[in-house]
Amino acid sequence: MTGTLFTNARLIDPEAGTDTIGALRVTGGRIAEILAGPADATGDTVIDCGGKCLAPGIVDLGVKICEPGERHKESFRSAGRAAAAGGVTTMITRPDTLPTIDSPEQLEFVSRRASEAAPVRIHPMAALTKGREGREMVEIGFLLDAGAIAFTDADSVVADTKVFTRCLTYARSLGALVIAHPQEPILSKGTAATSGKFASLKGIPAVSPMAERLGLERDMALVEMTGARYHADALSTAAALPALERAKAAGLDVTAGVDIHHLTLNVLDIGDYRTFFKIKPPLRDEDDRLAMVEAVASGLIDIISSMHTPQDEESKRLPFEEAASGAVGLETLLPAALRLYHAGALTLPQLFRAMALNPAKRLGLPTGRLAAGAPADLVLFDPDAPVVLDRWTLNSKSKNTPFDGARLQGKVLKTYVGGSEVYAA
Amino acid sequence: MNFRQKHLLGIEELHPLEITEILDLADTYVDLNRSETKHGDVLKGLTQINMFFENSTRTQASFEIAGKRLGADVMNMAMQASSIKKGETLIDTALTLNAMHPDLLVVRHPHSGAVNLLAEKVNCSVLNAGDGRHEHPTQALLDALTIRRAKGRLHRLNIAICGDIAHSRVARSNLLLLGKMENRVRLIGPPTLMPSQIGEFGVEVYQDMEQGLKDVDVVMMLRLQRERMDGGFIPSEREYYHRFGLDAEKLAFAKPDAIVMHPGPMNRGVEIDGTIADDINRSVIQDQVEMGVAVRMAAMDLLARNLRAARAGALAHA
Repeated sequence: MTGTLFTNARLIDPEAGTDTIGALRVTGGRIAEILAGPADATGDTVIDCGGKCLAPGIVDLGVKICEPGERHKESFRSAGRAAAAGGVTTMITRPDTLPTIDSPEQLEFVSRRASEAAPVRIHPMAALTKGREGREMVEIGFLLDAGAIAFTDADSVVADTKVFTRCLTYARSLGALVIAHPQEPILSKGTAATSGKFASLKGIPAVSPMAERLGLERDMALVEMTGARYHADALSTAAALPALERAKAAGLDVTAGVDIHHLTLNVLDIGDYRTFFKIKPPLRDEDDRLAMVEAVASGLIDIISSMHTPQDEESKRLPFEEAASGAVGLETLLPAALRLYHAGALTLPQLFRAMALNPAKRLGLPTGRLAAGAPADLVLFDPDAPVVLDRWTLNSKSKNTPFDGARLQGKVLKTYVGGSEVYAA
Repeated sequence: MNFRQKHLLGIEELHPLEITEILDLADTYVDLNRSETKHGDVLKGLTQINMFFENSTRTQASFEIAGKRLGADVMNMAMQASSIKKGETLIDTALTLNAMHPDLLVVRHPHSGAVNLLAEKVNCSVLNAGDGRHEHPTQALLDALTIRRAKGRLHRLNIAICGDIAHSRVARSNLLLLGKMENRVRLIGPPTLMPSQIGEFGVEVYQDMEQGLKDVDVVMMLRLQRERMDGGFIPSEREYYHRFGLDAEKLAFAKPDAIVMHPGPMNRGVEIDGTIADDINRSVIQDQVEMGVAVRMAAMDLLARNLRAARAGALAHA
């Protein structure tokens, strides 16, 4: 058999929950077999992993690429390079571009651009309502046919409960996955931080963490009513978790995500009005951060994503209230997540369960596994290599990372998509 | 000299010794301002630009007089009317002004933290004349000077701040300053006008004027900032006046020699009864205006000394 044999690798298998030394053979772009002992390398190209970690490539749910509309912030090409450098082998892109991706024609444009320009896999999401305005549903059937992997209005909440109920009901009939941003939109309107001591001291208009719980409780009731497939894109507060727990216990088809920033940063990181720390939902208290980490460990929260949101310098160099929200994350997702591994909060199989296996399963993708027959989407990384992050070295066109100057541990050495190398450090 | 700041952005950054130094120097400027010549020259040759992105009459006039009395070249820029309307960003405006080599930049802005942002981008000293609901340091300093002169000390006093705390930068700066100088601070107002978790700032929170004003030495009333309201924080002005407006009956719970303060402009009959505001035995509201000029002279004097020292140091290194 001729193929590529990865030897002496620390295999991170999120499905089995194991972290063991072994070898992995790739043939024809797929994982052919996993070998525990010494492998017969006859006829194979051998890659000695040197005892470093080999894990399924990351499936990043909720990446914003600013095409169409704001290519100066991020293009498919730059995002693709950033993803490859970050060990992300599949990007699930958001529809909150200019204009919104809400028609089959626009979705086809995105798919075409993606396949031309990016070295990693891209599956686009479509908006749930036209223009993300929360009034009329999009052509869910046509969009599914055109390849929409899920439907979401991104950070804009469908405030009209009647409209949202109909969207869920219609999506349910086609088996489409709806991804929502749980938030009470009136309470959070015009706010830029989480209410509490920090926001009070700095005089920043703030929203109670209860707004997230209110949003999720509403959505859970509607999922119960309609039977829709639902994913909460980024939970961030301890107060919202009981509602999620109840919905899962009741057997609703519900999953939830958290973005890496809410697992590694808290509201105090904003410091002296640093706008790179302005994200949506806003950074929370340390108690909330700890609750989210625990929820990932227990499996209550299914998915960790970067919520990659490029913003140029102009939209960030403004007073905190006026500055744009969001942070880039494709290249910092893995090293930031490894903070949790080094802190002893999560194991590597747990991290890759949340960053690769679970999103792939939720979206019906065959990737995210170290299993025979799965596509050979792999990331080889050194979990211990120290890095001081310099934002100007990022591949993303936008450099708005909250980790600028941060000391991180973990470096991607190589990334493979379908068995082909797309990045080498 | 204790005062080591390059900018005056907030009370949060100040050490109690720095506060005392500003107030001590301001005392001398009160005397100067009451003399016939009213003129010094410590800011001679320096350019002071007042940039107000939000309407202000009193604060801007106070800074202007303070600068002129110390010999600075003072220019006022009404920013609502200028380039902001043309879409220029705050940073661009700052860089443009910076190129004109100002020495003191006095800035008021409707957004919290905007003055801090601006200070990072310019070479001169920046004075915060109020940013959003964050800080208004010279107001807290002038209030402190007024209290110290009226009460003979600025520590171990019971001080009540009453009204719209949530939207007030004056309240934030004051509670920080009065806390640093070791006073007991009480906040009184309806819960809809209190910031979240304010009790963790080392203050006592009351929702009742009778209890809150009991035995206080100083009553500091805040303006009910109607222009900041989204609507619906209080049921009506008249109910607010009934429950939280300062009148003789409520003031009677304070110490007999308690003073009454207000940062202005006042809404008579909303947060304060007109006769109390005008009572020369209780109200120090006019003194506050006078102290405002002196405190701003002192702050700009100290900042200019640091600026000159820094420039001399840079030259010596060059």
